[in-house]
Amino acid sequence: MSAETLPLAVGVQARLARVKWGHLLIHAALIAGALVMVVPFLWMLTLSLKPAALTHQPPYLIPTRFEFSNYEAAWQAAPFARYYFNSIVMTAGIVFGQVLLSSLAAYAFARLRFPGRELLFMVFLATMMVPFHVILIPSYLIIDRLGWIDSYVALIVPRMVSAFGIFLLRQYYQGIPRELDDAAMIDGASRIGIWWRIILPLSGPGLATLGIFAFMFAWNDFLWPLVVVNDPDMRTVQLGLAMFQGRYGTQWTLLMAGTVTATLPTLLIFLIGQRWFIQSVAQSGVKG
Amino acid sequence: MSALAPLSARWRHANRQGDLSAAALALAPAVLLFAIFNIYPLLYSGFLSVMDWNGFSPERTFVGLDNYRAIFASSQFRNALTVTLKYTVGVTVLSVVLGLVIAVLLNADIRGRNIYRLIYFLPVVTSTVAAAVVWRYLMTPGTGYADVFLRNLGLTPPSPAWLRNPDWALRIVILVGVWKRLGFNIVVFLAGLQNIPKDFYEAATVDGAGTVQRFRHITVPLIAPITLLLVIMSIIDAFLIFDVVYVMTDGGPVGTTEVVGLLLYRQAFRYFNLGDASAMGWVIFAIVFVVTLIQWKFFGARETGL
Repeated sequence: MSAETLPLAVGVQARLARVKWGHLLIHAALIAGALVMVVPFLWMLTLSLKPAALTHQPPYLIPTRFEFSNYEAAWQAAPFARYYFNSIVMTAGIVFGQVLLSSLAAYAFARLRFPGRELLFMVFLATMMVPFHVILIPSYLIIDRLGWIDSYVALIVPRMVSAFGIFLLRQYYQGIPRELDDAAMIDGASRIGIWWRIILPLSGPGLATLGIFAFMFAWNDFLWPLVVVNDPDMRTVQLGLAMFQGRYGTQWTLLMAGTVTATLPTLLIFLIGQRWFIQSVAQSGVKG
Repeated sequence: MSALAPLSARWRHANRQGDLSAAALALAPAVLLFAIFNIYPLLYSGFLSVMDWNGFSPERTFVGLDNYRAIFASSQFRNALTVTLKYTVGVTVLSVVLGLVIAVLLNADIRGRNIYRLIYFLPVVTSTVAAAVVWRYLMTPGTGYADVFLRNLGLTPPSPAWLRNPDWALRIVILVGVWKRLGFNIVVFLAGLQNIPKDFYEAATVDGAGTVQRFRHITVPLIAPITLLLVIMSIIDAFLIFDVVYVMTDGGPVGTTEVVGLLLYRQAFRYFNLGDASAMGWVIFAIVFVVTLIQWKFFGARETGL
């Protein structure tokens, strides 16, 4: 190192040191916040592995005892596999329905010319602001009259259309160049054929965003299943967990084993697809 | 038949590129389901809100606006509105302010930004029921980890403790609401912050602006639309709170966490008072409607591209 560059290097080092102190403070604040985020998960896991006899001993955060039989007991006390099956069927139905029906409707709104198009679109948009609480009671009465109580149809069909989804995909489709449609048209494709062969294959990211929002909504939904399900065999994971708490609320270790059971698979799915999840949410705000 | 001829000719003309038939096909499922499960229930609930009916008896009496008068006269409903409002303001203010602060910190080219973002986002994807169960037990006096942690810091819990305390129960429910929403706000804020061109800051620095000035004159105005969006999304979402309260407190103690959603659910499905419950639904609708109108006023033109 030459004599001329030395003062420069010292200056840079001094700056680095300053920056690092600032960053250290930021890290301290961020870590404190992150702990508040994570501790509930960690404690849930620890408690689920704690021997039942120690339930009322002082709590500890890091698991030191591993009583896996708590899980066996929880699974014997409530049919979590059944709850999972129900939740998966319901979520798959809602996600598939929302993606397919929104895509079709969005295509009509973005590409096809028909009288009353803007009006109909506005009606769809307007229903986005109707809170679910308002239609809860009549929806229940309708389901009851249709004889759909305690069925997958009741859990799925009323929520297969999403105004948000139609809105999101219409935006997306407007970004796909119309020249592609025209080219396909010249090749003799029908209007629906264009949707199937041109629009759908190009709308992967849009469909994925909608699918992720639909998944989060459906999997965590509670009020509607609570209302239309009476049969214990038809309970979803959320419903099953809420009832489990009512029943085994005093047996903490068992309850937490149940809660981990109800949470872990979703968290795993999230961790695997976290890039997509976070990107979808980030875009929803920036574009909106 | 001959009278229909011009009509069918017009249809053929309008449909010459297949637009009309394709639109009918593409929209039929969505429109049908919407009509049955959104539009019809909305009208139906308006009808129920002016009727006196228990859901079973063949007798339904028209009572005009009596149900609305009754719910506004009932201290229970007014209490529920107040509680819901407090919850909504609490969650919205805290989650937006903290969300912005953390997003700004993360935007400072910090190491491990993605890991932080991931951790803060975890509660967003966790089910509300599971979150409520865990938090309820975290706050249990003597054996809940959060309670014991605070005791070790020298903070004695109020008496009666936490969720049993009329002053504290709602605060804890708000805390859970913030915990669950924060990550969403952080991710949206961070995306907005990263959209601000770096040149703006560089130019301001050259002009001698300090950190605080840069934040006030560049970040704040450019992030304002996103902030408003998040505020309104949070208000609408928080106003409809149900699960957390259902699991954690069931409205107690002494009604201090009884939100409108819970009251409506009880009135309808435990006391079969469908008229009052529907009227409550419409009051919620009116409030959310006003908030949404504000949102549309600010975002409508840009969002819908009309």
